[in-house]
Amino acid sequence: MELHDVWFVLIAVLWTGYFFLEGFDFGVGVLTKLLARNRPEKRVLINTIGPVWDGNEVWLLSAGGATFAAFPEWYATLFSGFYLPLLLILVCLIVRGVAFEYRVKRPEENWQRNWEHAIFWTSLLPAFLWGVAFGNIVRGVKIDQNFEYVGNLWDLLNPYALLGGLVTLTLFTFHGAVFTALKTVGDIRERARKLAFKVGLATAAFALLFLLWTQVDGGDGKSLVALVVAVAALVAALVANQAGREGWSFALSGVTIVAAVAMLFLTLFPNVMPSTLNEEWSLTVTNASSSPYTLKIMTWCAVIATPIVMLYQGWTYWVFRKRIGTQHIAETVH
Amino acid sequence: MDLALAPETLARWQFGITTVYHFLFVPLTISLAALTAGLQTAWVRTEKEKYLRATKFWGKLFLINIAMGVVTGIVQEFQFGMNWSDYSRFVGDVFGAPLAFEALIAFFFESTFIGLWIFGWDKLPQKIHLACIWMVSIGTILSAYFILAANSWMQHPVGYRINEAKGRAELTDFWLVLTQNTALAQAFHTLSAAFLTGGAFMVGISAFHLLRKKHIRDMKTSLRLGLVTVAVGGLLTAVSGDVLGKIMYEQQPMKMAAAEALWDGEAPAPFSVFAYGDVDKGHNKVAIEIPGLLSFLAKDDFTSYVPGINDVNKAEQEKFGPGDYRPNVPVAYWGFRWMIGFGMTSFAIGLAGLWLTRKKFLLPQHLRVGDDEVPHLVLFRNKALNPKLTRLYWLAAIWTLAFPLIANSWGWIFTEMGRQPWVVYGVLQTRDAVSPGVSQGEVLTSMIVFTTLYAILAVVEVKLLVKYVKAGPPELTEADLNPPTKIGGDSRDADKPMAFSY
Repeated sequence: MELHDVWFVLIAVLWTGYFFLEGFDFGVGVLTKLLARNRPEKRVLINTIGPVWDGNEVWLLSAGGATFAAFPEWYATLFSGFYLPLLLILVCLIVRGVAFEYRVKRPEENWQRNWEHAIFWTSLLPAFLWGVAFGNIVRGVKIDQNFEYVGNLWDLLNPYALLGGLVTLTLFTFHGAVFTALKTVGDIRERARKLAFKVGLATAAFALLFLLWTQVDGGDGKSLVALVVAVAALVAALVANQAGREGWSFALSGVTIVAAVAMLFLTLFPNVMPSTLNEEWSLTVTNASSSPYTLKIMTWCAVIATPIVMLYQGWTYWVFRKRIGTQHIAETVH
Repeated sequence: MDLALAPETLARWQFGITTVYHFLFVPLTISLAALTAGLQTAWVRTEKEKYLRATKFWGKLFLINIAMGVVTGIVQEFQFGMNWSDYSRFVGDVFGAPLAFEALIAFFFESTFIGLWIFGWDKLPQKIHLACIWMVSIGTILSAYFILAANSWMQHPVGYRINEAKGRAELTDFWLVLTQNTALAQAFHTLSAAFLTGGAFMVGISAFHLLRKKHIRDMKTSLRLGLVTVAVGGLLTAVSGDVLGKIMYEQQPMKMAAAEALWDGEAPAPFSVFAYGDVDKGHNKVAIEIPGLLSFLAKDDFTSYVPGINDVNKAEQEKFGPGDYRPNVPVAYWGFRWMIGFGMTSFAIGLAGLWLTRKKFLLPQHLRVGDDEVPHLVLFRNKALNPKLTRLYWLAAIWTLAFPLIANSWGWIFTEMGRQPWVVYGVLQTRDAVSPGVSQGEVLTSMIVFTTLYAILAVVEVKLLVKYVKAGPPELTEADLNPPTKIGGDSRDADKPMAFSY
């Protein structure tokens, strides 16, 4: 296994980390409208992710920065090619971060309601758009011999990619609902479980269709294994949810995300961004990667830093392990 | 959509707007994190409640500020790929590494521990909670270091070779990229300016309350801390600026010649106080100068030769081929002056304040005040400033609280525009760095979107800051004074509301 293959795996790991973690906090954001019945319940939901959403989001920045360093050509083609969808994602992430922080800083009804709308939409849109983006990466886009994206916005909104968007949106919402059931007490916990079941069924339908489509289009034996694991974990997560085993259900919905991302990357390899115009023009782990020296330094950094990050981020979840309910939300404006 | 503009023009405007905007929040974040951590340390060590109130007060302003810094930073991470894809392809092998280090090491640190600090008041024992804000502070400083090392490589590329076959720069010595003198001097300069910024912010807000005779006890502490920070930060900014200037005279003589509107080399070279010139003809029409001072700034003596814009332009033409290698001279000239002028004004106000509010034991009996009284501003032994001048000083401190922010912005505009037409000095020109596949319509769209969004958020943020500045330090609660002893919080009352919730 050469260093650029290692880095293909590490990039996959960073994206997996991002979707696992920010996945549930996007989901919780979506649930503020689907599940919460009043402001105190909305606040319970927001506070389940309050201390952790920021750290979760850094997995995206790391995936972006690491792609820049390890696969500059991939970074350049991807972000200049998917320009407008990425712009929309960035706008959402900007507003979302400010919304969490500022919503509680003023008592006015309008102020709080507007930021609550913002939290919902800026969670929903990226949850959908990341699926569209990955659908396009796996399926391939119009890339010319200079590695420039030459398609347009509408080319990105093809049925396969849109289905990918529905998968991430429903999967993250399911993941968020299961997380809510795990982190809350009282009535909202029960309702989160019930909603998780419904959303989980929709997720299963979309995911099965999308992953099968992926498998038929470009899968092999390994990707088939990942597919089976993803679907089995999702079903098991639903069963655990119905049985009231919230910890298991959350772990299993996490496994679903890990396996689904793994499957996409397995299908992709050794390409990182296939060209639909000419196979010769595809970006691969070889022609898009940095020099061995840079990859070596980056490997040291990632191999040392990532486990440490996981340790202290894991510790954060331990510190905030207590379930919360409406009784824990203070009235005061901070 | 094609506009009658060079392809890089809009991309440059966008980068300028988003980066200058982002950098309004960065220095305040860096300095307020450390200052808040310092205040909280004072609380933990002395258990004086004024320190805890100050921690909560400045901590809140810090949080309002860092939220904006974090979210506008996300754009920075991705816009190289969006608008500067040829730049990214060319330099990714070198430039990407410090960026990735920044994310993996510094951003994770910052963002994880800030969550722990915000929500951890009733979940973490006192000392662990304190350690969290220090971790945030370390994260902000590390982050600054990595990104400045990356920028320094654009100013003065080292530790790389050009791979002709792949058409890109490749890293050969990462350690050199991190430790070259440009990176060290830039980090030193930027970090000390950050503390000047936070200090002036603290002084201005403390002065605001003291002028109104509110929250006197807490604000006196903050005022002193702010003044000391301004004095130390300002001094170090000046020293490091001098060091960085000398390095730049070696590495980018064009930038420094433009900063002085020195068209033709001179020995000894004068420092320009005011100049108005003709860029096309390459000379000044009006020039007020101090003889020899520029030689001193560049080379530490009053006689040395300093090359002018026309000389460097000719030298670069010989080296790199025909072309215009001059940056926008008026921007460089005035940017350099605004940077120094605004920054040093704050420094002067801080120094004056430090003297005027000197400690009790340095004052005669009748000018000493109690802890709950606004201090006299004492210029000479035995004599306090009259009420008018006193009021004037407080007002000056308030009105200049944002001066370092202006200085920082001009500093970046100067150093980045002074490097033009290069994006990587001597290696890659800005016009060759843009995304060829991105239309001007797309760039214009994103520029309008970001600018509008940023303008709205600026209003929101400033209004919030003003609200919380006016509110002053909060009253302490029973819970504030009795921090938990166990990680996760003491389970005295399972249904007790959280100390902080969104």
